[in-house]
Amino acid sequence: MDYINLFVKSIFIDNMVFAYFLGMCSYLAVSKKVKTAVGLGAAVIFVMLITVPANYLLDNYLLKPGALAWLSPELADTDLSFLSFIMFIAVIASMVQLVEMVVERFAPSLYNALGIFLPLIAVNCAILGGSLFMQQKDFANVGESAVYGLGSGIGWFLAIVAIAAIRERITYSNIPKPLRGIGITFIITGLMAIGFMSFSGIEL
Amino acid sequence: MSEDNALFSKKNIKLVTDPLNDNNPITVQVLGICSALAITVQLKPAIVMAIAVMAVLIFSNLIISLLRNLIPNRIRIIVQLLVVAALVIIVDQILKAYAFDVSKQLSVFVGLIITNCIIMGRLEAFALGNKPWASVLDAFGNGGGYAIILVIVAFFRELLGSGKLFGYEILGHKATSIAESTGLYHYGYQNNGFMLLSPMALIVLGIVIWLQRSKNKKLIEN
Repeated sequence: MDYINLFVKSIFIDNMVFAYFLGMCSYLAVSKKVKTAVGLGAAVIFVMLITVPANYLLDNYLLKPGALAWLSPELADTDLSFLSFIMFIAVIASMVQLVEMVVERFAPSLYNALGIFLPLIAVNCAILGGSLFMQQKDFANVGESAVYGLGSGIGWFLAIVAIAAIRERITYSNIPKPLRGIGITFIITGLMAIGFMSFSGIEL
Repeated sequence: MSEDNALFSKKNIKLVTDPLNDNNPITVQVLGICSALAITVQLKPAIVMAIAVMAVLIFSNLIISLLRNLIPNRIRIIVQLLVVAALVIIVDQILKAYAFDVSKQLSVFVGLIITNCIIMGRLEAFALGNKPWASVLDAFGNGGGYAIILVIVAFFRELLGSGKLFGYEILGHKATSIAESTGLYHYGYQNNGFMLLSPMALIVLGIVIWLQRSKNKKLIEN
């Protein structure tokens, strides 16, 4: 089944963190505790699930060359794709504002724990990256783009929760002083990325 | 004091030199990691990316610093995003026009300059509260710090991974048999293909951080 193939591929093989290094800044900054990592990861999944299909519709009915043909035949030649960056970012920023308001209302402790990193999801490269990759991949319909968005979000969630769990466990390990904190996290992430490379030959 | 306001006063020079080492955006402030890892497979795209980021940094810092007293606080992130997005669109079009093959190699990462944490980070931390000339110098410094790390990582990855620098074969030419190869390959040297893969970028960066912090004890986290 195409959807399942796409779903598994976007979680493990095209993993946003291990294959493309997107969303590293918040990945490194919020991964000190598993609880906050889970909260941020869930927020990222939600934002990606909504913004990737929304941007797909925007791209296909407004921005691509020939996209405006449904409005009137004379506009079939216009190519507004240079506006993609601004439009995608606008959609993402508004979505994140919405998520921020919802989290503040329904989970105030999570809101306080995440602090500045919740609004910073708007500039999380993984979210914009998801939309830009979606633009490159040319999906057949909105459903496929939604599956891709969901899978990418889950892949990022998996990565941040895994590194948070590992960092919690190595708090009392005897790491050389210059490597503590960021240095060892980079090396561990590199090793995890090598592990995830084992998924690259999978065909469903 | 008028000495502090001189164009190249000590305080201003510090704005440029600090981010090159002590306050490096990638290894100390932990910003801009994403692109530092992904496009360092070869030196040429790494340098083009560093120039692009420095250009966007300088102009966005300048514009936001000039407008800093006019932007309402509630919408400042949106204003910053709009300014940066517009600059990146311009940079993207320039790259497509004058360096098409490199822009194809960089693919989505040119667009991702918008979300490059260094740019938003310096806008929030510096340009919004400082004068235009200081903001421009800060942009130069951070752009330079970013470029240094990018060049270091790309240098090792391209050299050890493919034996080339900038596409030129430095270590000799690898032919199908050892006898026909020239340079180091003639003695049985093999490229470390693993360096070209993504995980090694993370590990090289971890080692760079290790070395930097061993030399500069102040940066060690507790």
